[in-house]
Amino acid sequence: MQYDAFIGKEYAPFTFEVEKGRLRMFAKATGLTDPIYSDEAAAKAAGYRSLPAPLTFAYTITMDAGQSFNVLEDMGVPLPKAVHGGQRFVYHAPICAGDIITGRQKVTNVYDKKGGALVFIETEIPLRNQLGEAVCDLYSTVVVRNG
Amino acid sequence: MTLKFNDLEVGSRIPDVVKGPLTRSQIALFAVPSGDHNPIHLDDEVARQGGLPGVIAHGMLNMAYLSQALIGLAPQRNIREFSARFQAMAFPGDVITCTGEVTAKKRVGEENIVELTLAALNQKGEKILDGSAQVALP
Repeated sequence: MQYDAFIGKEYAPFTFEVEKGRLRMFAKATGLTDPIYSDEAAAKAAGYRSLPAPLTFAYTITMDAGQSFNVLEDMGVPLPKAVHGGQRFVYHAPICAGDIITGRQKVTNVYDKKGGALVFIETEIPLRNQLGEAVCDLYSTVVVRNG
Repeated sequence: MTLKFNDLEVGSRIPDVVKGPLTRSQIALFAVPSGDHNPIHLDDEVARQGGLPGVIAHGMLNMAYLSQALIGLAPQRNIREFSARFQAMAFPGDVITCTGEVTAKKRVGEENIVELTLAALNQKGEKILDGSAQVALP
């Protein structure tokens, strides 16, 4: 596989609207019991504009927007061969219900190990809110198992 | 509860968060809000076709659990950075223990930052996630 053509490649910008119901379901599914994740009055009392998105919700935003999948498709990688190898979040400001989040994914590195048996795809996605503020940067590693 | 910077030393452990035993319904329930509808998390047959013994938990479900060890230390607005490497899969029936230990204390700009090393372990003591975080404390 010719990796160099993908390093530095950027994908189309995307937008995601953060809905209260989605955040409540996410909090329930992960067992978050603090009322700031389900009760807007409690969230506001704690200083948030509305329900805050839990710490790993930013990844859901990118997944809903089809990120990672678009890179794999572009590279001709069958989905069952790919696994999520690592994830890093750098936080700048809270993401809250009602926010309109925009992002754009860039492939930062592609390399292999074990003679091509494992291919590592590294991407970064900075997210901004409707006020133009940086909220969270995501750095993902996807591992492709060949053979 | 928010601990103070001076309450923690290098080597201090944060309270463990224990999740599970994981059920199939908990894994399935995460598929919808997380946006990850990959059938290897929902359907044993599809998971077996992919070479797995059966359905597995989403890596990001495990990471969501690990993040709860951090918010036991400080509110999430104090978390500056959080990362994890996915080392092993979690299966229905697994009990996941999330742990953290302070590895450094430093001043970054105007903030007091503690660095932590984190881990999510299954009931056999195998590492599912290997993580780290930076948290600002008063």
